[in-house]
Amino acid sequence: MKKLFSKEFLTRNETLVGVVIIAFCILASFADANFMSIPTLTDLMRGGIVLGIFAVAAMLVLVSGGIDVSFTAVAVFAMYTTTLFLINYAPDMPWYFAFAISIIIGAGLGAINGVFIAWFGLPTLIVTLGTLSIYRGFVLTFVGSKLISNLPPDMRGFSRLMMVRGTNADGSFYSLPWAFAALVGVVVLTWFILQRTMLGRAIFAIGGSVESARRIGINVRAVQFFIYIYVGALSGLAGIIHASMSRVANPFDLVGLELSVIAAVVLGGARLIGGHGTLTGTILGVSLIILVRNSLIVIGIPSTWQSVAIGALILLGTGLPAWQAKRAAARAA
Amino acid sequence: MNTLDSGAKNTLIEMRSIVKNYTGVVALDDVDFSVSEGEAVCLVGENGSGKSTLIKILAGVEQASAGQISIGGKNFDTLTPRIAAAAGVMVIFQDFSLFPNLSVAENIAFSTQLSEERRLFNKGRVRQIAKETLIRVGVDIDLDARVETLPVAHKQLVGICRALASNARLIIMDEPTTALTEREVSSLLEIIRRLKSDGVAVIFVSHKLAEVLEVSEKVVILRNGKKVAEGPASDFDAASLTRNMTGRDVAEGRPNPVDPEAPILLSAKNLGKAGAFEDVSFDLHKGEVLGISGLLGSGRTSLAKALFGLVKADRGTLDLDGEVVDLGNPLAAAAAGIGYVPEDRLTEGLFLTQSIVRNVAIGRLDNHQRGGLLDLNGLWQEATHWIGELKVKTPSVEAPVNSLSGGNQQRVVLARWLSRAPKVLILNGPSVGVDVGSKSEIHNIISELSSSGIGIIVISDDLPELLATCQSILVMKSGRVTDKIFGSDISETDLAQRLAS
Repeated sequence: MKKLFSKEFLTRNETLVGVVIIAFCILASFADANFMSIPTLTDLMRGGIVLGIFAVAAMLVLVSGGIDVSFTAVAVFAMYTTTLFLINYAPDMPWYFAFAISIIIGAGLGAINGVFIAWFGLPTLIVTLGTLSIYRGFVLTFVGSKLISNLPPDMRGFSRLMMVRGTNADGSFYSLPWAFAALVGVVVLTWFILQRTMLGRAIFAIGGSVESARRIGINVRAVQFFIYIYVGALSGLAGIIHASMSRVANPFDLVGLELSVIAAVVLGGARLIGGHGTLTGTILGVSLIILVRNSLIVIGIPSTWQSVAIGALILLGTGLPAWQAKRAAARAA
Repeated sequence: MNTLDSGAKNTLIEMRSIVKNYTGVVALDDVDFSVSEGEAVCLVGENGSGKSTLIKILAGVEQASAGQISIGGKNFDTLTPRIAAAAGVMVIFQDFSLFPNLSVAENIAFSTQLSEERRLFNKGRVRQIAKETLIRVGVDIDLDARVETLPVAHKQLVGICRALASNARLIIMDEPTTALTEREVSSLLEIIRRLKSDGVAVIFVSHKLAEVLEVSEKVVILRNGKKVAEGPASDFDAASLTRNMTGRDVAEGRPNPVDPEAPILLSAKNLGKAGAFEDVSFDLHKGEVLGISGLLGSGRTSLAKALFGLVKADRGTLDLDGEVVDLGNPLAAAAAGIGYVPEDRLTEGLFLTQSIVRNVAIGRLDNHQRGGLLDLNGLWQEATHWIGELKVKTPSVEAPVNSLSGGNQQRVVLARWLSRAPKVLILNGPSVGVDVGSKSEIHNIISELSSSGIGIIVISDDLPELLATCQSILVMKSGRVTDKIFGSDISETDLAQRLAS
């Protein structure tokens, strides 16, 4: 019944994004013989850690039929507050302590989103646009606006923990930090929640039809509340990893990234109307965006063209399947 | 089928002296209602008669103001949706309440999984539940298909399967046949018979009556919150049902003959579109009502859309008053004087949350422009005039359209088109989802419009409707016109045979 190259497989966003990635790599390796190498791969993977965790979070919200634009502000809030607290009160704490605090702060901020969305039933975009601004403003006004470059020693230490380290044939170094394991963990955990728990299926169900979900007795409020807490926690994690890896806690960082993240997720096939989205697609979407960011220069396109290229990819990647669907519908009418 | 042995069966549902008051309004006044195991009951009434309220109380969505309810011999003081579902009362809503993005298997098994209070999702078990239920119902639907890709009739079956999977003892079906074609209805009735022999009781809440009477044992008719009639289904026919529902006789006569001298208004020649319809030609005279009928998939809807340019015909010509109408261009069709009222007025025809007057006025924005600005007064006056003309029942023209009943919504769509003074009106399923009283009023409107000289095309598979409104009927089968019938020559059974054969 399922052929390897069924029509559905060929018209899926994931396939399209995969093909574009392969085409990009082939083009790039013509332009630069050293492109297809382990350092390129590890760069890609390192660059995908923070963006990837954000994207998984954003995907989950899209699946439930909502949209969250506040996650970058949540990440900055959690990361900056945690760093400041540790420096002033407990500079010798191990890195996982910092991670735990940041995740808890993130979850708390997510819970505030959840209260507005699940209890007061306000539109998700409006709530998160509001909290994006509030969280960011709150950090800058009440917590601090100075860049912290002397991170607690163990946070710096974390960024030096390497999973893989080596030298390429041409003498260039490459390495993959353990932080990448956090992305893998987030993907596995989210996959488990979405595919193997009733909670995850309820998230899909709500994205399909909130009214139907209510009618068959899904506790819509509880599910929505969970979503925003989980997304907040993931944002807190992404924030603290970002600070450790860049070895600086910058309160002006990250905010502004939210649209690229949502773009990556939409490229991967998640629909803004809810109910559709896969982890594979999300990871592919993130990979493509990182590739464009890191390596556009390799195929001879100036890096100022980055955002144009990403925009074109979004139009192509999401427009083409939509156009195909529309044509199919017109034929059926 | 012997329909009067209900005494031998156990009573499943017993509702006694149910009263329901909304602020100041009595929705239900001392209503008794009972259902036995394996019994099918038709609950009939016009909009506002209280039938929906009664169903909501039984499903636990609303609480009765007074009265007793027992399910399976057990008395319930308060019913919530969860309690009612646990007791085996399942409602299949008109929109089926499915999850379009999930697979057939998951849709069927979702509520079962919830009621078992599972935390983990087991795909194998879900498929097994779904498979067993589909076998029990005797239909074959791909378990992995996404529900959004299914035809309406299959969606309904998925809804029925979902109810059965969670051990339904009573299935309440709200308007089960409105979206189905004749053939789909008969296979649905077959399934209902099967369920009944399994001991599952069914309540039909319906406007379209003749079809479900066949499998029902009992009919209960509500009017203005009171039970006005109850009895074995064999005692009722379409006329007596209508009389009881409306409290008056609604005569469905035959249309006036068309004036043989009337000039040709719209003329279609050899219209064709690959895969949809072929070689369709007809003439529509001034003041004529032409019916186009056929089963689902016969091409009737594609043809209707092609006449208004919503679907582009590949071949053929369309002339209105001797002038060629551009194919595949709805704006040109509208400018030439063709109006189209879609079948699914909720998604295709109305801005549901906007006011009635705005919904009518939207069609006339162009004609009330003064140097790029809108003449709001003129626009409003005209819209209000047509709302009055079509007797839309509403306390205020500023009320949102979704506060209206189905019949009144249809009037709003008609008012919008009439304000443009069309020469030809295409009505696709003019009385789908409309109660009997409003239906005959819509039929009266059709005949008034046609006698004022408008040519009307009615697309429908509601045979009595076609016979009551159309002077001639085109029958379509797999994209071709197979028959042209002059309405006065034919009875309903004849027409049904020609459609299905």
